[in-house]
Amino acid sequence: MSTTVIIPTPAKAPARPLLPRLLPYLLSLPALIVCIGILVPFFTAAWYSLQRYNLAMPLNREFVWFGQYLDMLTDPDFWATVRVSAVYAASTVGLELLLGLGIALLLRERTRFNNIVSVALLLPLMTAPAIASLMWKLMTNPNFGVLSWLVALFGVHDFRWASAPSSAMFTVVLVDIWVYTPFMMVLLLAGLRSLPQQPFEAARLDGVAGHFVFFRITLPMLAPYIVTATLFRMLDSMQQFDIVYAMTQGGPGDSLMLFQVRAYLDFFQYTNVGTSAALMIVLWALTYALSNVFIKQWLKLRERTHGAA
Amino acid sequence: MALHKLLRAAALTLVLLFFLFPIFWIVVMSFQTNEEILRLPPSLVFAPTLANYTALISGHLQTASGILDITFLHNLWNSILLSTCSVLLALVLGVPAAYAFARFRFRLGEDIAFTMLSFRFAPPLLVLLPLSLYFQDLGLNDTYIGLIWIYQLICLPLILWIVRGYFEDASPDIEYAYRIDGHSWWRAFTRIAIPLAGPGIAAAGLLSFIFAWNNFVFALILASADKQPVTVGALAFVTASGIQYGQIAAAIVLSILPTLALALYAQRWLVEGLSLGAVKG
Repeated sequence: MSTTVIIPTPAKAPARPLLPRLLPYLLSLPALIVCIGILVPFFTAAWYSLQRYNLAMPLNREFVWFGQYLDMLTDPDFWATVRVSAVYAASTVGLELLLGLGIALLLRERTRFNNIVSVALLLPLMTAPAIASLMWKLMTNPNFGVLSWLVALFGVHDFRWASAPSSAMFTVVLVDIWVYTPFMMVLLLAGLRSLPQQPFEAARLDGVAGHFVFFRITLPMLAPYIVTATLFRMLDSMQQFDIVYAMTQGGPGDSLMLFQVRAYLDFFQYTNVGTSAALMIVLWALTYALSNVFIKQWLKLRERTHGAA
Repeated sequence: MALHKLLRAAALTLVLLFFLFPIFWIVVMSFQTNEEILRLPPSLVFAPTLANYTALISGHLQTASGILDITFLHNLWNSILLSTCSVLLALVLGVPAAYAFARFRFRLGEDIAFTMLSFRFAPPLLVLLPLSLYFQDLGLNDTYIGLIWIYQLICLPLILWIVRGYFEDASPDIEYAYRIDGHSWWRAFTRIAIPLAGPGIAAAGLLSFIFAWNNFVFALILASADKQPVTVGALAFVTASGIQYGQIAAAIVLSILPTLALALYAQRWLVEGLSLGAVKG
Protein backbone atom coordinates (compact mmCIF):
# COMPACT_ATOMS: atom_id res chain seq x y z
CA MET A 1 0.00 0.00 0.00
CA SER A 2 2.96 2.31 0.53
CA THR A 3 3.72 2.23 -3.18
CA THR A 4 0.77 4.49 -4.04
CA VAL A 5 1.90 7.34 -6.24
CA ILE A 6 1.60 10.56 -4.33
CA ILE A 7 0.22 13.34 -6.43
CA PRO A 8 1.46 16.73 -5.24
CA THR A 9 -1.91 18.29 -4.55
CA PRO A 10 -2.97 19.79 -1.26
CA ALA A 11 -3.90 16.89 0.99
CA LYS A 12 -7.58 16.65 1.79
CA ALA A 13 -9.18 15.18 4.87
CA PRO A 14 -7.78 11.66 5.56
CA ALA A 15 -11.26 10.11 5.30
CA ARG A 16 -11.32 10.39 1.51
CA PRO A 17 -8.61 7.94 0.37
CA LEU A 18 -10.33 5.07 2.16
CA LEU A 19 -13.01 4.48 -0.46
CA PRO A 20 -10.65 4.50 -3.47
CA ARG A 21 -8.44 2.06 -1.62
CA LEU A 22 -11.30 -0.29 -0.84
CA LEU A 23 -12.97 0.13 -4.20
CA PRO A 24 -11.17 -2.64 -6.12
CA TYR A 25 -11.94 -5.09 -3.33
CA LEU A 26 -15.57 -4.05 -3.20
CA LEU A 27 -15.86 -4.47 -6.96
CA SER A 28 -14.28 -7.90 -7.16
CA LEU A 29 -15.64 -9.30 -3.90
CA PRO A 30 -19.09 -10.44 -5.15
CA ALA A 31 -17.53 -12.46 -7.98
CA LEU A 32 -14.99 -13.88 -5.56
CA ILE A 33 -17.58 -14.91 -2.98
CA VAL A 34 -19.59 -16.76 -5.62
CA CYS A 35 -16.48 -18.58 -6.77
CA ILE A 36 -15.14 -19.40 -3.34
CA GLY A 37 -18.05 -21.77 -2.72
CA ILE A 38 -16.55 -23.95 -5.46
CA LEU A 39 -13.46 -24.48 -3.31
CA VAL A 40 -15.51 -26.44 -0.76
CA PRO A 41 -16.20 -29.45 -3.05
CA PHE A 42 -12.62 -29.16 -4.28
CA PHE A 43 -11.25 -29.71 -0.79
CA THR A 44 -13.87 -32.38 -0.18
CA ALA A 45 -12.56 -34.21 -3.23
CA ALA A 46 -8.99 -34.00 -1.93
CA TRP A 47 -10.21 -35.34 1.46
CA TYR A 48 -12.18 -38.20 -0.13
CA SER A 49 -9.16 -39.17 -2.21
CA LEU A 50 -7.37 -40.14 0.99
CA GLN A 51 -10.15 -42.46 2.12
CA ARG A 52 -11.43 -45.85 1.18
CA TYR A 53 -15.01 -44.75 0.73
CA ASN A 54 -17.75 -46.65 -1.08
CA LEU A 55 -21.31 -45.38 -0.69
CA ALA A 56 -22.57 -48.94 -0.77
CA MET A 57 -20.31 -49.96 2.13
CA PRO A 58 -20.36 -47.03 4.56
CA LEU A 59 -19.04 -49.15 7.44
CA ASN A 60 -15.80 -49.93 5.60
CA ARG A 61 -14.96 -46.26 5.26
CA GLU A 62 -11.42 -45.60 6.50
CA PHE A 63 -8.63 -43.11 6.17
CA VAL A 64 -5.75 -44.59 4.17
CA TRP A 65 -3.53 -41.58 3.48
CA PHE A 66 -2.04 -42.01 0.01
CA GLY A 67 -2.99 -45.69 -0.23
CA GLN A 68 -5.29 -45.19 -3.19
CA TYR A 69 -2.68 -43.29 -5.14
CA LEU A 70 -0.17 -46.07 -4.52
CA ASP A 71 -2.75 -48.68 -5.57
CA MET A 72 -3.22 -46.79 -8.82
CA LEU A 73 0.41 -47.24 -9.79
CA THR A 74 -0.06 -51.01 -9.99
CA ASP A 75 -3.61 -50.90 -11.36
CA PRO A 76 -3.72 -51.86 -15.06
CA ASP A 77 -7.07 -50.04 -15.40
CA PHE A 78 -5.42 -46.79 -14.35
CA TRP A 79 -2.66 -47.20 -16.91
CA ALA A 80 -5.24 -48.07 -19.55
CA THR A 81 -6.93 -44.75 -18.77
CA VAL A 82 -3.63 -42.90 -19.03
CA ARG A 83 -2.92 -44.56 -22.38
CA VAL A 84 -6.39 -43.95 -23.83
CA SER A 85 -6.37 -40.31 -22.68
CA ALA A 86 -2.91 -39.73 -24.13
CA VAL A 87 -3.89 -41.24 -27.49
CA TYR A 88 -7.10 -39.22 -27.54
CA ALA A 89 -5.44 -35.91 -26.65
CA ALA A 90 -2.48 -36.37 -28.98
CA SER A 91 -4.53 -37.40 -31.99
CA THR A 92 -7.29 -34.82 -31.62
CA VAL A 93 -4.98 -31.90 -30.93
CA GLY A 94 -2.42 -32.93 -33.55
CA LEU A 95 -4.96 -33.40 -36.33
CA GLU A 96 -6.94 -30.30 -35.38
CA LEU A 97 -3.77 -28.22 -35.46
CA LEU A 98 -2.82 -29.44 -38.94
CA LEU A 99 -6.35 -29.05 -40.31
CA GLY A 100 -6.97 -25.73 -38.56
CA LEU A 101 -3.70 -24.30 -39.84
CA GLY A 102 -4.41 -25.52 -43.35
CA ILE A 103 -7.87 -23.98 -43.40
CA ALA A 104 -6.61 -20.72 -41.88
CA LEU A 105 -4.00 -20.48 -44.64
CA LEU A 106 -6.70 -21.07 -47.27
CA LEU A 107 -8.85 -18.30 -45.83
CA ARG A 108 -6.02 -15.91 -45.05
CA GLU A 109 -6.94 -13.12 -47.45
CA ARG A 110 -9.71 -10.85 -46.26
CA THR A 111 -12.19 -11.36 -49.04
CA ARG A 112 -15.95 -11.40 -48.65
CA PHE A 113 -16.09 -15.04 -49.72
CA ASN A 114 -13.43 -16.09 -47.21
CA ASN A 115 -15.23 -14.33 -44.39
CA ILE A 116 -18.51 -16.07 -45.21
CA VAL A 117 -16.74 -19.44 -45.28
CA SER A 118 -15.01 -18.84 -41.97
CA VAL A 119 -18.31 -17.94 -40.31
CA ALA A 120 -20.01 -21.02 -41.79
CA LEU A 121 -17.19 -23.17 -40.42
CA LEU A 122 -17.92 -21.90 -36.92
CA LEU A 123 -21.26 -23.74 -36.82
CA PRO A 124 -19.85 -27.07 -35.58
CA LEU A 125 -18.10 -25.23 -32.75
CA MET A 126 -21.46 -23.75 -31.73
CA THR A 127 -23.01 -27.22 -31.53
CA ALA A 128 -23.04 -28.79 -28.09
CA PRO A 129 -20.42 -31.59 -28.15
CA ALA A 130 -22.85 -34.07 -26.59
CA ILE A 131 -25.42 -33.27 -29.30
CA ALA A 132 -22.72 -33.49 -31.98
CA SER A 133 -22.09 -37.04 -30.79
CA LEU A 134 -25.77 -37.86 -31.24
CA MET A 135 -25.66 -36.43 -34.77
CA TRP A 136 -22.72 -38.65 -35.70
CA LYS A 137 -24.38 -41.58 -34.00
CA LEU A 138 -27.35 -41.21 -36.33
CA MET A 139 -25.06 -40.85 -39.35
CA THR A 140 -23.07 -43.96 -38.43
CA ASN A 141 -26.06 -46.16 -37.58
CA PRO A 142 -25.44 -49.61 -39.15
CA ASN A 143 -29.01 -49.81 -40.56
CA PHE A 144 -29.56 -46.46 -42.20
CA GLY A 145 -26.57 -44.21 -41.39
CA VAL A 146 -25.50 -42.20 -44.40
CA LEU A 147 -21.82 -42.64 -43.51
CA SER A 148 -22.16 -46.40 -43.09
CA TRP A 149 -23.77 -46.46 -46.54
CA LEU A 150 -20.99 -44.27 -47.93
CA VAL A 151 -18.10 -46.42 -46.68
CA ALA A 152 -19.94 -49.49 -47.99
CA LEU A 153 -19.93 -47.85 -51.44
CA PHE A 154 -16.16 -47.74 -51.17
CA GLY A 155 -16.09 -51.43 -50.41
CA VAL A 156 -15.77 -51.26 -46.61
CA HIS A 157 -18.67 -53.39 -45.43
CA ASP A 158 -19.62 -53.84 -41.79
CA PHE A 159 -17.53 -50.96 -40.57
CA ARG A 160 -18.90 -50.67 -37.04
CA TRP A 161 -17.73 -47.17 -36.09
CA ALA A 162 -18.12 -46.54 -32.35
CA SER A 163 -19.48 -50.00 -31.52
CA ALA A 164 -16.29 -51.92 -32.35
CA PRO A 165 -13.25 -51.60 -30.07
CA SER A 166 -10.93 -51.25 -33.06
CA SER A 167 -12.72 -48.25 -34.57
CA ALA A 168 -14.29 -46.59 -31.50
CA MET A 169 -11.31 -44.30 -30.92
CA PHE A 170 -11.28 -43.31 -34.59
CA THR A 171 -14.98 -42.40 -34.42
CA VAL A 172 -14.84 -40.19 -31.33
CA VAL A 173 -11.66 -38.50 -32.57
CA LEU A 174 -13.54 -37.74 -35.79
CA VAL A 175 -16.39 -36.10 -33.84
CA ASP A 176 -13.89 -34.11 -31.75
CA ILE A 177 -12.19 -32.93 -34.94
CA TRP A 178 -15.55 -31.93 -36.38
CA VAL A 179 -16.42 -29.87 -33.31
CA TYR A 180 -13.09 -28.28 -32.38
CA THR A 181 -11.09 -27.76 -35.58
CA PRO A 182 -13.01 -24.48 -36.13
CA PHE A 183 -11.63 -23.26 -32.80
CA MET A 184 -8.05 -23.79 -33.99
CA MET A 185 -8.97 -22.21 -37.30
CA VAL A 186 -10.37 -19.03 -35.72
CA LEU A 187 -7.37 -18.50 -33.46
CA LEU A 188 -4.79 -19.18 -36.15
CA LEU A 189 -6.68 -17.07 -38.68
CA ALA A 190 -6.74 -14.15 -36.22
CA GLY A 191 -3.01 -14.71 -35.70
CA LEU A 192 -2.21 -14.90 -39.41
CA ARG A 193 -4.14 -11.75 -40.17
CA SER A 194 -2.43 -9.80 -37.40
CA LEU A 195 1.12 -10.56 -38.61
CA PRO A 196 3.09 -7.57 -39.91
CA GLN A 197 3.10 -7.45 -43.72
CA GLN A 198 6.63 -6.14 -44.38
CA PRO A 199 8.51 -9.48 -44.23
CA PHE A 200 6.05 -11.02 -46.69
CA GLU A 201 6.32 -8.09 -49.09
CA ALA A 202 10.11 -8.18 -48.91
CA ALA A 203 10.07 -11.92 -49.61
CA ARG A 204 7.77 -11.40 -52.58
CA LEU A 205 9.98 -8.66 -54.03
CA ASP A 206 13.00 -10.92 -53.68
CA GLY A 207 11.10 -13.77 -55.34
CA VAL A 208 11.50 -16.17 -52.41
CA ALA A 209 9.91 -19.59 -52.94
CA GLY A 210 6.54 -20.23 -51.30
CA HIS A 211 7.56 -23.11 -49.04
CA PHE A 212 10.56 -21.12 -47.86
CA VAL A 213 8.29 -18.21 -46.91
CA PHE A 214 6.01 -20.62 -45.05
CA PHE A 215 8.69 -22.40 -43.02
CA ARG A 216 11.02 -19.46 -42.43
CA ILE A 217 8.62 -16.53 -42.04
CA THR A 218 5.00 -17.58 -41.51
CA LEU A 219 5.55 -20.45 -39.07
CA PRO A 220 8.07 -18.73 -36.78
CA MET A 221 5.96 -15.58 -36.58
CA LEU A 222 2.82 -17.61 -35.98
CA ALA A 223 4.48 -19.84 -33.37
CA PRO A 224 3.14 -18.05 -30.26
CA TYR A 225 -0.40 -18.36 -31.59
CA ILE A 226 0.13 -22.03 -32.42
CA VAL A 227 1.49 -22.74 -28.93
CA THR A 228 -1.41 -20.92 -27.26
CA ALA A 229 -4.09 -22.63 -29.33
CA THR A 230 -2.46 -26.05 -28.90
CA LEU A 231 -2.15 -25.77 -25.13
CA PHE A 232 -5.72 -24.53 -24.87
CA ARG A 233 -7.05 -27.48 -26.85
CA MET A 234 -4.74 -29.89 -25.01
CA LEU A 235 -6.21 -28.84 -21.66
CA ASP A 236 -9.73 -29.40 -22.97
CA SER A 237 -8.93 -32.64 -24.72
CA MET A 238 -7.35 -34.25 -21.66
CA GLN A 239 -10.64 -33.63 -19.88
CA GLN A 240 -12.95 -34.76 -22.67
CA PHE A 241 -16.18 -36.25 -21.38
CA ASP A 242 -19.25 -35.12 -23.35
CA ILE A 243 -18.40 -36.59 -26.74
CA VAL A 244 -17.30 -39.96 -25.42
CA TYR A 245 -20.06 -40.29 -22.85
CA ALA A 246 -22.80 -39.42 -25.32
CA MET A 247 -21.34 -41.73 -27.96
CA THR A 248 -20.45 -44.90 -26.04
CA GLN A 249 -20.24 -44.20 -22.28
CA GLY A 250 -16.61 -45.26 -22.38
CA GLY A 251 -17.13 -48.55 -24.18
CA PRO A 252 -17.00 -50.87 -25.95
CA GLY A 253 -15.15 -52.66 -23.16
CA ASP A 254 -12.89 -50.00 -21.74
CA SER A 255 -11.56 -48.82 -25.09
CA LEU A 256 -12.59 -45.19 -24.42
CA MET A 257 -12.13 -44.92 -20.64
CA LEU A 258 -10.83 -41.36 -20.48
CA PHE A 259 -10.06 -39.91 -17.04
CA GLN A 260 -13.38 -38.20 -16.48
CA VAL A 261 -15.42 -41.04 -17.98
CA ARG A 262 -13.81 -43.54 -15.62
CA ALA A 263 -14.29 -41.25 -12.63
CA TYR A 264 -17.97 -40.82 -13.55
CA LEU A 265 -18.54 -44.57 -13.79
CA ASP A 266 -16.52 -45.23 -10.61
CA PHE A 267 -18.75 -42.80 -8.77
CA PHE A 268 -22.20 -43.56 -10.13
CA GLN A 269 -21.94 -47.18 -11.21
CA TYR A 270 -19.68 -48.55 -8.50
CA THR A 271 -20.48 -45.83 -5.89
CA ASN A 272 -16.75 -45.69 -5.22
CA VAL A 273 -16.33 -42.11 -4.03
CA GLY A 274 -12.73 -42.60 -2.90
CA THR A 275 -11.19 -43.94 -6.09
CA SER A 276 -13.07 -41.50 -8.32
CA ALA A 277 -11.82 -38.59 -6.20
CA ALA A 278 -8.22 -39.84 -6.35
CA LEU A 279 -8.47 -40.23 -10.12
CA MET A 280 -9.76 -36.65 -10.48
CA ILE A 281 -7.00 -35.28 -8.25
CA VAL A 282 -4.43 -36.92 -10.53
CA LEU A 283 -6.08 -35.34 -13.60
CA TRP A 284 -6.27 -32.02 -11.82
CA ALA A 285 -2.54 -32.12 -11.03
CA LEU A 286 -1.77 -32.84 -14.69
CA THR A 287 -4.00 -30.05 -16.02
CA TYR A 288 -2.85 -27.61 -13.36
CA ALA A 289 0.77 -28.05 -14.37
CA LEU A 290 -0.12 -27.63 -18.04
CA SER A 291 -2.39 -24.65 -17.42
CA ASN A 292 0.41 -22.80 -15.65
CA VAL A 293 2.58 -23.18 -18.74
CA PHE A 294 -0.38 -22.11 -20.83
CA ILE A 295 -1.23 -19.00 -18.82
CA LYS A 296 2.38 -17.81 -18.93
CA GLN A 297 2.44 -18.28 -22.68
CA TRP A 298 -0.92 -16.57 -22.97
CA LEU A 299 0.19 -13.51 -21.03
CA LYS A 300 3.35 -13.23 -23.13
CA LEU A 301 1.31 -13.28 -26.31
CA ARG A 302 -1.15 -10.82 -24.83
CA GLU A 303 1.61 -8.39 -23.98
CA ARG A 304 2.93 -8.65 -27.53
CA THR A 305 -0.41 -7.95 -29.17
CA HIS A 306 -1.06 -5.14 -26.74
CA GLY A 307 2.36 -3.72 -27.44
CA ALA A 308 1.84 -3.95 -31.19
CA ALA A 309 -1.59 -2.34 -31.06
CA MET B 1 -1.46 -20.67 -61.25
CA ALA B 2 -4.68 -22.20 -62.61
CA LEU B 3 -3.75 -25.51 -61.01
CA HIS B 4 -3.08 -23.74 -57.74
CA LYS B 5 -6.53 -22.13 -57.85
CA LEU B 6 -8.17 -25.43 -58.71
CA LEU B 7 -6.48 -27.17 -55.77
CA ARG B 8 -7.56 -24.39 -53.45
CA ALA B 9 -11.17 -24.64 -54.61
CA ALA B 10 -11.12 -28.42 -54.23
CA ALA B 11 -9.68 -28.18 -50.72
CA LEU B 12 -12.25 -25.59 -49.66
CA THR B 13 -15.09 -27.70 -51.08
CA LEU B 14 -13.93 -30.72 -49.09
CA VAL B 15 -13.60 -28.65 -45.93
CA LEU B 16 -17.08 -27.14 -46.30
CA LEU B 17 -18.54 -30.56 -47.08
CA PHE B 18 -17.01 -32.15 -43.98
CA PHE B 19 -18.04 -29.41 -41.58
CA LEU B 20 -21.49 -28.57 -42.93
CA PHE B 21 -22.82 -31.87 -44.25
CA PRO B 22 -23.68 -33.35 -40.80
CA ILE B 23 -25.85 -30.36 -39.91
CA PHE B 24 -27.52 -30.43 -43.33
CA TRP B 25 -28.18 -34.14 -43.11
CA ILE B 26 -29.73 -34.03 -39.63
CA VAL B 27 -32.04 -31.20 -40.76
CA VAL B 28 -33.07 -33.33 -43.76
CA MET B 29 -33.71 -36.33 -41.49
CA SER B 30 -35.88 -34.27 -39.18
CA PHE B 31 -38.36 -33.73 -42.05
CA GLN B 32 -38.53 -37.41 -42.99
CA THR B 33 -40.73 -40.24 -41.79
CA ASN B 34 -39.06 -43.28 -40.26
CA GLU B 35 -39.68 -45.29 -43.45
CA GLU B 36 -37.91 -42.66 -45.54
CA ILE B 37 -34.99 -42.57 -43.13
CA LEU B 38 -34.59 -46.34 -43.21
CA ARG B 39 -34.63 -46.50 -47.01
CA LEU B 40 -31.34 -47.29 -48.74
CA PRO B 41 -29.74 -45.68 -50.65
CA PRO B 42 -30.40 -42.41 -48.82
CA SER B 43 -32.31 -40.00 -51.00
CA LEU B 44 -32.97 -36.29 -51.05
CA VAL B 45 -36.24 -36.81 -52.91
CA PHE B 46 -39.05 -37.06 -50.35
CA ALA B 47 -42.19 -35.28 -49.22
CA PRO B 48 -41.15 -33.23 -46.18
CA THR B 49 -43.26 -33.83 -43.10
CA LEU B 50 -43.63 -31.78 -39.95
CA ALA B 51 -44.86 -34.77 -37.97
CA ASN B 52 -41.60 -35.10 -36.00
CA TYR B 53 -41.78 -31.53 -34.81
CA THR B 54 -45.47 -31.64 -33.95
CA ALA B 55 -44.88 -34.80 -31.91
CA LEU B 56 -42.10 -33.06 -29.96
CA ILE B 57 -44.13 -29.91 -29.42
CA SER B 58 -47.36 -31.64 -28.45
CA GLY B 59 -45.39 -33.91 -26.15
CA HIS B 60 -47.02 -37.14 -27.38
CA LEU B 61 -44.87 -39.58 -29.21
CA GLN B 62 -46.39 -42.44 -31.21
CA THR B 63 -44.19 -45.48 -30.69
CA ALA B 64 -44.53 -49.14 -31.49
CA SER B 65 -45.47 -49.83 -27.87
CA GLY B 66 -48.07 -47.09 -27.53
CA ILE B 67 -48.00 -43.37 -26.81
CA LEU B 68 -45.01 -42.00 -24.96
CA ASP B 69 -45.19 -38.68 -23.13
CA ILE B 70 -42.12 -36.56 -23.57
CA THR B 71 -40.94 -33.39 -21.88
CA PHE B 72 -38.58 -32.13 -24.52
CA LEU B 73 -40.17 -28.69 -24.63
CA HIS B 74 -39.64 -28.44 -20.90
CA ASN B 75 -35.92 -29.24 -21.43
CA LEU B 76 -35.81 -26.45 -23.98
CA TRP B 77 -37.35 -24.06 -21.48
CA ASN B 78 -34.82 -25.17 -18.83
CA SER B 79 -31.97 -24.43 -21.24
CA ILE B 80 -33.29 -20.94 -21.96
CA LEU B 81 -33.80 -20.19 -18.27
CA LEU B 82 -30.47 -21.61 -17.06
CA SER B 83 -28.33 -20.00 -19.77
CA THR B 84 -30.02 -16.58 -19.61
CA CYS B 85 -29.98 -16.28 -15.82
CA SER B 86 -26.39 -17.55 -15.57
CA VAL B 87 -25.12 -15.04 -18.11
CA LEU B 88 -27.00 -12.14 -16.51
CA LEU B 89 -25.68 -13.02 -13.06
CA ALA B 90 -22.17 -13.46 -14.43
CA LEU B 91 -22.33 -10.04 -16.10
CA VAL B 92 -23.50 -8.33 -12.91
CA LEU B 93 -20.71 -10.02 -10.93
CA GLY B 94 -18.02 -10.14 -13.59
CA VAL B 95 -18.05 -6.71 -15.23
CA PRO B 96 -17.26 -4.74 -12.03
CA ALA B 97 -14.60 -7.30 -11.09
CA ALA B 98 -13.07 -7.10 -14.57
CA TYR B 99 -13.00 -3.33 -14.20
CA ALA B 100 -11.25 -3.63 -10.83
CA PHE B 101 -8.60 -5.96 -12.25
CA ALA B 102 -8.04 -3.70 -15.26
CA ARG B 103 -7.92 -0.30 -13.54
CA PHE B 104 -6.39 -0.91 -10.14
CA ARG B 105 -3.21 -2.56 -9.02
CA PHE B 106 -4.19 -3.90 -5.63
CA ARG B 107 -2.83 -6.42 -3.23
CA LEU B 108 -3.93 -9.99 -4.12
CA GLY B 109 -5.62 -8.60 -7.23
CA GLU B 110 -3.58 -10.62 -9.68
CA ASP B 111 -3.84 -13.72 -7.45
CA ILE B 112 -7.61 -13.47 -7.32
CA ALA B 113 -7.80 -12.99 -11.09
CA PHE B 114 -5.59 -16.04 -11.61
CA THR B 115 -7.58 -18.21 -9.23
CA MET B 116 -10.76 -17.40 -11.09
CA LEU B 117 -9.12 -18.08 -14.42
CA SER B 118 -7.80 -21.42 -13.20
CA PHE B 119 -11.39 -22.53 -12.57
CA ARG B 120 -11.73 -22.57 -16.34
CA PHE B 121 -9.10 -25.27 -16.61
CA ALA B 122 -9.88 -27.54 -13.68
CA PRO B 123 -11.56 -30.86 -14.57
CA PRO B 124 -15.28 -30.30 -13.88
CA LEU B 125 -15.88 -33.74 -12.39
CA LEU B 126 -13.35 -33.01 -9.65
CA VAL B 127 -15.85 -30.65 -8.03
CA LEU B 128 -19.08 -32.00 -9.53
CA LEU B 129 -18.88 -35.46 -7.98
CA PRO B 130 -18.53 -34.34 -4.33
CA LEU B 131 -20.92 -31.49 -5.09
CA SER B 132 -23.61 -33.95 -6.16
CA LEU B 133 -23.59 -35.38 -2.62
CA TYR B 134 -23.95 -31.88 -1.13
CA PHE B 135 -26.68 -31.01 -3.62
CA GLN B 136 -28.65 -34.09 -2.61
CA ASP B 137 -28.26 -33.32 1.09
CA LEU B 138 -29.29 -29.71 0.65
CA GLY B 139 -32.06 -30.46 -1.87
CA LEU B 140 -30.38 -28.14 -4.36
CA ASN B 141 -30.50 -30.66 -7.21
CA ASP B 142 -34.14 -29.87 -7.80
CA THR B 143 -33.66 -26.09 -7.92
CA TYR B 144 -32.59 -23.72 -10.65
CA ILE B 145 -30.58 -21.66 -8.17
CA GLY B 146 -28.06 -24.41 -7.49
CA LEU B 147 -27.47 -24.92 -11.21
CA ILE B 148 -27.26 -21.20 -11.99
CA TRP B 149 -24.65 -20.86 -9.28
CA ILE B 150 -22.55 -23.70 -10.63
CA TYR B 151 -22.95 -22.40 -14.21
CA GLN B 152 -20.93 -19.40 -13.01
CA LEU B 153 -17.94 -21.68 -13.39
CA ILE B 154 -18.50 -21.47 -17.14
CA CYS B 155 -19.58 -17.85 -17.52
CA LEU B 156 -17.55 -15.89 -14.97
CA PRO B 157 -13.98 -16.72 -16.08
CA LEU B 158 -14.89 -16.00 -19.69
CA ILE B 159 -16.50 -12.65 -18.92
CA LEU B 160 -13.74 -11.65 -16.52
CA TRP B 161 -11.00 -12.23 -19.04
CA ILE B 162 -12.59 -10.88 -22.18
CA VAL B 163 -14.04 -7.76 -20.55
CA ARG B 164 -10.85 -7.08 -18.61
CA GLY B 165 -8.95 -6.89 -21.88
CA TYR B 166 -11.43 -4.34 -23.21
CA PHE B 167 -11.20 -2.16 -20.10
CA GLU B 168 -7.41 -2.28 -20.37
CA ASP B 169 -7.52 -1.23 -24.01
CA ALA B 170 -9.73 1.77 -23.28
CA SER B 171 -7.63 4.67 -22.04
CA PRO B 172 -8.50 5.75 -18.48
CA ASP B 173 -7.94 9.41 -19.43
CA ILE B 174 -11.53 9.96 -20.55
CA GLU B 175 -12.76 8.65 -17.22
CA TYR B 176 -10.33 10.92 -15.35
CA ALA B 177 -11.46 13.94 -17.33
CA TYR B 178 -15.06 13.08 -16.58
CA ARG B 179 -14.25 12.71 -12.89
CA ILE B 180 -12.46 16.07 -12.81
CA ASP B 181 -15.68 17.58 -14.14
CA GLY B 182 -17.09 16.67 -10.76
CA HIS B 183 -18.89 13.41 -11.54
CA SER B 184 -18.87 10.55 -9.08
CA TRP B 185 -16.84 7.43 -9.60
CA TRP B 186 -20.02 5.42 -10.16
CA ARG B 187 -21.19 7.72 -12.96
CA ALA B 188 -17.80 7.52 -14.66
CA PHE B 189 -18.01 3.74 -14.51
CA THR B 190 -21.55 3.45 -15.87
CA ARG B 191 -21.49 6.36 -18.35
CA ILE B 192 -17.95 6.12 -19.72
CA ALA B 193 -16.21 2.83 -18.96
CA ILE B 194 -19.07 0.41 -19.62
CA PRO B 195 -20.14 1.93 -22.97
CA LEU B 196 -16.50 1.94 -24.11
CA ALA B 197 -16.17 -1.75 -23.28
CA GLY B 198 -19.60 -2.46 -24.80
CA PRO B 199 -18.45 -4.65 -27.69
CA GLY B 200 -16.34 -6.73 -25.31
CA ILE B 201 -19.23 -7.16 -22.90
CA ALA B 202 -21.50 -8.19 -25.78
CA ALA B 203 -18.94 -10.67 -27.12
CA ALA B 204 -18.32 -12.14 -23.66
CA GLY B 205 -22.03 -12.38 -22.91
CA LEU B 206 -22.74 -14.06 -26.24
CA LEU B 207 -19.94 -16.58 -25.86
CA SER B 208 -20.82 -17.47 -22.31
CA PHE B 209 -24.47 -17.91 -23.30
CA ILE B 210 -23.45 -20.36 -25.99
CA PHE B 211 -21.08 -22.25 -23.68
CA ALA B 212 -23.72 -22.41 -20.95
CA TRP B 213 -26.30 -23.67 -23.44
CA ASN B 214 -23.93 -26.31 -24.77
CA ASN B 215 -22.85 -27.54 -21.37
CA PHE B 216 -23.70 -31.13 -20.68
CA VAL B 217 -21.83 -32.52 -17.71
CA PHE B 218 -22.91 -30.03 -15.03
CA ALA B 219 -26.59 -30.76 -15.45
CA LEU B 220 -26.01 -34.47 -16.13
CA ILE B 221 -24.54 -34.84 -12.66
CA LEU B 222 -26.37 -32.21 -10.64
CA ALA B 223 -29.84 -31.68 -12.10
CA SER B 224 -32.93 -33.72 -11.33
CA ALA B 225 -34.96 -34.91 -14.33
CA ASP B 226 -37.25 -31.90 -14.02
CA LYS B 227 -34.43 -29.35 -14.34
CA GLN B 228 -32.42 -30.86 -17.18
CA PRO B 229 -31.47 -28.74 -20.21
CA VAL B 230 -31.69 -29.95 -23.83
CA THR B 231 -28.20 -31.42 -23.94
CA VAL B 232 -29.04 -33.93 -21.21
CA GLY B 233 -32.67 -34.19 -22.27
CA ALA B 234 -31.77 -35.14 -25.84
CA LEU B 235 -29.61 -38.02 -24.64
CA ALA B 236 -32.36 -39.31 -22.35
CA PHE B 237 -34.80 -38.91 -25.23
CA VAL B 238 -32.69 -41.10 -27.50
CA THR B 239 -32.80 -43.89 -24.92
CA ALA B 240 -36.52 -43.47 -24.29
CA SER B 241 -37.77 -43.16 -27.85
CA GLY B 242 -35.76 -46.09 -29.19
CA ILE B 243 -36.07 -46.17 -32.95
CA GLN B 244 -37.99 -42.93 -33.59
CA TYR B 245 -35.08 -41.56 -35.60
CA GLY B 246 -37.05 -38.72 -37.18
CA GLN B 247 -37.99 -37.36 -33.78
CA ILE B 248 -34.43 -37.72 -32.53
CA ALA B 249 -33.23 -35.67 -35.50
CA ALA B 250 -35.92 -33.05 -34.85
CA ALA B 251 -34.92 -32.88 -31.17
CA ILE B 252 -31.29 -32.37 -32.21
CA VAL B 253 -32.29 -29.57 -34.60
CA LEU B 254 -34.31 -27.82 -31.89
CA SER B 255 -31.39 -28.15 -29.46
CA ILE B 256 -28.76 -26.63 -31.71
CA LEU B 257 -30.93 -24.10 -33.56
CA PRO B 258 -30.79 -21.35 -30.88
CA THR B 259 -26.99 -21.30 -30.63
CA LEU B 260 -26.45 -21.60 -34.39
CA ALA B 261 -28.93 -18.78 -35.08
CA LEU B 262 -27.35 -16.62 -32.39
CA ALA B 263 -23.87 -17.32 -33.76
CA LEU B 264 -24.86 -16.39 -37.31
CA TYR B 265 -26.76 -13.31 -36.16
CA ALA B 266 -23.92 -11.96 -34.02
CA GLN B 267 -20.97 -13.48 -35.89
CA ARG B 268 -18.80 -10.37 -35.74
CA TRP B 269 -18.85 -10.32 -31.94
CA LEU B 270 -18.46 -14.05 -31.82
CA VAL B 271 -15.23 -14.11 -33.83
CA GLU B 272 -13.93 -11.17 -31.84
CA GLY B 273 -14.78 -12.81 -28.52
CA LEU B 274 -13.28 -16.14 -29.51
CA SER B 275 -10.00 -14.74 -30.74
CA LEU B 276 -9.67 -12.00 -28.13
CA GLY B 277 -10.82 -14.22 -25.31
CA ALA B 278 -8.15 -16.74 -26.01
CA VAL B 279 -5.38 -14.78 -27.64
CA LYS B 280 -5.60 -11.21 -26.60
CA GLY B 281 -7.05 -11.74 -23.15
